[in-house]
Amino acid sequence: MRDLILFTLIVVAGTGGELCVSRAMKVVGEAAGFHPAEIARVVVRALREPWMWAGVGMMALAFFALLGALSVYNVSFVVPVTALSYVAGAFGGVVFLHERVGPQRWLGVLLVAIGVTLVFLSKS
Amino acid sequence: MPPQLADQKPAVGTDHKPLHLKTFLMILVMIVAGPFGNVLLGKGMKHIGPIALWPVPELFHTALKVFSTPSIWLGIASLIAFFISYMLALSWADYSFVQPASSLAYGVVALLGYLMLGERVSPLRWGGIAVICLGVFVVSHTSPRTTARKPAGQN
Repeated sequence: MRDLILFTLIVVAGTGGELCVSRAMKVVGEAAGFHPAEIARVVVRALREPWMWAGVGMMALAFFALLGALSVYNVSFVVPVTALSYVAGAFGGVVFLHERVGPQRWLGVLLVAIGVTLVFLSKS
Repeated sequence: MPPQLADQKPAVGTDHKPLHLKTFLMILVMIVAGPFGNVLLGKGMKHIGPIALWPVPELFHTALKVFSTPSIWLGIASLIAFFISYMLALSWADYSFVQPASSLAYGVVALLGYLMLGERVSPLRWGGIAVICLGVFVVSHTSPRTTARKPAGQN
């Protein structure tokens, strides 16, 4: 049960955080260049977005869950399992950001899922 | 210039600029610093031992132990180095080049776990990691943008 909570938090809160940040940045728009004043303007606009704060909070939660998982399991087990975020990201992108995901990306997501399953089987 | 050519701009993707050494160096930093950071976090957390989150005073005690462990701070510094090199690499090269290259990080983290922490990595786990690397490579080698562009300042 503890493992399920930890890995769900790492993947769901991590991916959810990235989706929130991505949503905030789509509202903010692209930076026009790499001039420090332009970057500062984009950062200030981003910090005014509630989605950005929600995203940062969720990513912090995912980081602490990662620390919790690393206190129990080997790093060569924990980090590959976090690749599940590619699976969650593809579904989250489709559902929340209305992105189009092509067959090649679904194939990659399937490969990641198979790989994570193999890593999980190596746990015992 | 003839009028019919005056408005023509170079087609996107046709200017094959040579990838600079600095881009490869940044990608190298990425695929070492990211896994190195995770391995250091793992080392720090293993050093702390079992953690307690409840009751609340125990949570504070755990947080104090975590943030007074040098390996944790070195790990965080390494992950920040990874993030900066990732941003720099993305500013010099395409996402569809940088991201697939970074899929190697899953292999590097297992290698560093084996070398630095003495973790036993079974052939099944190596196989799983190889399939994950391939999957991340395939995912990343697709178009990074499927929605319309919007300049900053337009809501």
